[in-house]
Amino acid sequence: MSDMEETAGAEGAGVPAAPHRVIGTPPPSPRLLGSAPVAQEGSETALALVSDQEEFQEHIDGLPPDDPQVIVHGKRAERVVVACFLLTFIAGCGFVAAYVGLGVHTVDKTLRSNLALGLSMSVMFLALGLGALLWVRHLMPNVEVTQQRHDLRSDEKERQATEAYFKEGTANSQFVKRPLVRRTLMLGTLPLLAAPVVLLRDLGPQPGTSLRHTVWSPGRRLLVQGTNQPLTPAQFSAPGSMITIVPDGYEDDQNALTKAAVILIKFRPGELHIPTRHAGSTLVGTMNWTVDNIVAYSKICTHVGCPVALYEQTTHHILCPCHQSTFEATTGATVIFGPAARPLPQLPLTVDSSGYLVAKSDFTEPVGPSFWERG
Amino acid sequence: MSRPAVNSDTDFDVSKPLKGTAGWFDDRFGGARGVRTYLLRKVYPDHWSFLLGEIALYSFIILLLTGTFLSFFFIPSTTEVIYHGSYVKLDGIKMSEAYQSTLRISFDVRGGLLIRQIHHWAADLFVAALTIHMLRVFFTGAYRKPREVNWLIGITLFALALIEGLFGYSLPDDQLSGAGLRIFEGVLQGIPIVGTYLAFFLFGGPFPGHDIVPRMYIIHVLLIPGILLALITAHIFIMFWQKHTQMPAKGNTERNVTGQPSYPYFVAKTSAWFMFIFGALALLATFAQINPIWLYGPYTPVAISSASQPDFYMGILEGSLRVMPAWEWNFLGHTVTFSVLIPFALPLGIILGGAAFWPFFERWATGDKAYHHVNDRPRNAPVRTGVGIAAVVFYGVLWAEGANDVLADFLHIPLYTVTWIARVLTIVGPILAYIITKRICLGLQRKDREDLLHGYESGIIRQLPDGEFIEVHQPVNEERRAVLEAKKVPALLPGPGSEDPNGVPPPSSRGVLGKARAVANRAFAETIPVEADGHGNGHGPEGAGEEHAAVGSAGTPAQLPSGDSSDEDSGSS
Repeated sequence: MSDMEETAGAEGAGVPAAPHRVIGTPPPSPRLLGSAPVAQEGSETALALVSDQEEFQEHIDGLPPDDPQVIVHGKRAERVVVACFLLTFIAGCGFVAAYVGLGVHTVDKTLRSNLALGLSMSVMFLALGLGALLWVRHLMPNVEVTQQRHDLRSDEKERQATEAYFKEGTANSQFVKRPLVRRTLMLGTLPLLAAPVVLLRDLGPQPGTSLRHTVWSPGRRLLVQGTNQPLTPAQFSAPGSMITIVPDGYEDDQNALTKAAVILIKFRPGELHIPTRHAGSTLVGTMNWTVDNIVAYSKICTHVGCPVALYEQTTHHILCPCHQSTFEATTGATVIFGPAARPLPQLPLTVDSSGYLVAKSDFTEPVGPSFWERG
Repeated sequence: MSRPAVNSDTDFDVSKPLKGTAGWFDDRFGGARGVRTYLLRKVYPDHWSFLLGEIALYSFIILLLTGTFLSFFFIPSTTEVIYHGSYVKLDGIKMSEAYQSTLRISFDVRGGLLIRQIHHWAADLFVAALTIHMLRVFFTGAYRKPREVNWLIGITLFALALIEGLFGYSLPDDQLSGAGLRIFEGVLQGIPIVGTYLAFFLFGGPFPGHDIVPRMYIIHVLLIPGILLALITAHIFIMFWQKHTQMPAKGNTERNVTGQPSYPYFVAKTSAWFMFIFGALALLATFAQINPIWLYGPYTPVAISSASQPDFYMGILEGSLRVMPAWEWNFLGHTVTFSVLIPFALPLGIILGGAAFWPFFERWATGDKAYHHVNDRPRNAPVRTGVGIAAVVFYGVLWAEGANDVLADFLHIPLYTVTWIARVLTIVGPILAYIITKRICLGLQRKDREDLLHGYESGIIRQLPDGEFIEVHQPVNEERRAVLEAKKVPALLPGPGSEDPNGVPPPSSRGVLGKARAVANRAFAETIPVEADGHGNGHGPEGAGEEHAAVGSAGTPAQLPSGDSSDEDSGSS
């Protein structure tokens, strides 16, 4: 098809003889196919209004419609377009057939149905689009129109007249003359503007101190996430491992777990060097928050709250997979890289009378992302 | 258009188009002239880059269609249920109704998976098309007077599209999007003074609560689409009213617009384009799986998968969070967490705010208050193009940093090294990009001047009788010439050097703002003048194609006027 366009372009009437063209520039009007309409005289264009002719200058490139080349090309193009539309019809029927004939309800059947429906739908749309495109490019004459722009700006008289009318209207409304009316109107509407904001108040409760507390309380057992079983220090004796802990009684409570999820890490003797931490306003040593070299940190990243799920045994690094904040596990989960600004809070641990790991208290500082009131 | 009025072998009578329904309407509303001149004959300039906005428009329509279908089956609720559906791997698992109904759409509704995937692909295409369309408008200067308002509407559309997309892919309440929502909540909390309240009001209490899915749903299906629809309508109406811009070409002026009429050409072509886009999205949905939520599982706040990535348009926010050092201040007993606030507000603020501000800045710096309907070629506006590429690099570095773990794994370099490279590139990259782009633009302008004054290199080598080889230069044709000559250079405003005899600078360049304006103006006005070296046009095409330059070291530029030899870019060997 393209070679035909090239030859047509070379013979094209009115194309300036340009033996070579600059690389990267479009070829000089290559589209001459489908070509010109009937003679202008007596046709409907002649009936077009004078105002139209001033605004639109139309030029049509192309060989005359009775040129043998054009006739041959038009017939061929017509056949291709018709084939496209027939293909659209077939694909559309295929789509309906696939919908009726192919069931779903299992993964395999769903994938088969998806393939049949998707493929027929794609062919339907693509064939229809291709047919329409070929129709425009090869059957319609190559019309190019130059339309005149009008000034967007109104002329000065119009602007002045509008301004004058507006001034007159404002004067008639007495809006300027009667300040009391004007000001009470504005005053009256003020609460009206505030009303929608007031209405939004019950969207949620006030935060209060809820971000400072979790459901951990003295004596609450640590359950292994998944099995929901309590744990003794002896059961968690392999150094280097990390497990996720949920609080007893809140195993499935998403609101509680968002703050209370904990990771438990077992160290070899001597590996831990946990410094002091703030507990309220006092500094406390937190080595006694551990049991048998087992330490519990909040699983909620202090950056934006992702679960810190990765633990590298050899380096003792806890890594948040979301934004790669990295915490040193042996020194109280201090930040060694990434955007988190604070260490992971540590949960004080002890064992209860049955020998299970329990919380000594709640976290002594807010867990999770920073917030304004955190202090 | 003019065509045979009645065709004897047709089943489609067009002899009296206004006889039937159309006439009935014209009797009641009039408007034959308006329909003819504003709709049927409206001129659409033909340039590939003008199709980009149409991609966005048609993706949006496809989103409305497929989204309506999905809304028939989706249940926006976090009520917990035990799953017993067709996807047996999740049988007996506790999940929200939102997740369950998304599984139902995927496995129990015929065509559900296809439509869901078309919807997701269309959302990605929508934002991608908006992005590229905005870049096109920026780099060609199509935002200039009178189109500033439409530019601002476009930026609003883009920002809304990001929120719309985020809320859309968060609705199924799966593990991946839940983690994304948690990040969103964490970021909200970080906003000073109001952050905690904002988060609690949006989520109806502490995260995740039970309110967020139905709230996101109504925002996603009604509120934002409604605003998008209204703004898109305004965008298109304004474009209609102001008419299209056009690229520089022969015959294109500021007073006209050249192209093909709406009916039947543009209507047929754009319909075809719509079909192609729908077809391409259907192909993607058939063969390229997207967001397989059944693999992620229902959301739980204690789990996460590594290498989690949001949809691509959130990549810049993700990367900004990752690239940021841990900066946090305690301000009078309050926590100000810059490591969250800066990534949240600054990159998109710089890009979208900068884009919104740019037309007015350019107008101020160039003093150009004229109408512009003929676009600039990017090379002819080196400052604008340089700033645009700098923004693209800034965006691109942060976007790539959003996948720093994947990059580190793929390139076998340490994760922290990737982050450090990104930290440096975020600052240095845009600066280098600006300088290099500006130089390239000016280089291309030199090339244009060469083509205009001396013709282009034809590739024909000719040996002269004395043995010298020359390359024959051909004058550029008329079309090319019109394009090359369409370059416009901002005027030099009074600035340094324009002091009056007493050394007093002109009022407009006084003060800090005045000096800044003079500096900006000089940058904008930097150009490669076509005629400044005294050539005039006499040298060009009238030279009958015999303009040539020596090839090889033996040749001397003797054939060129001496003025050229001092010019750094003279000759063409």
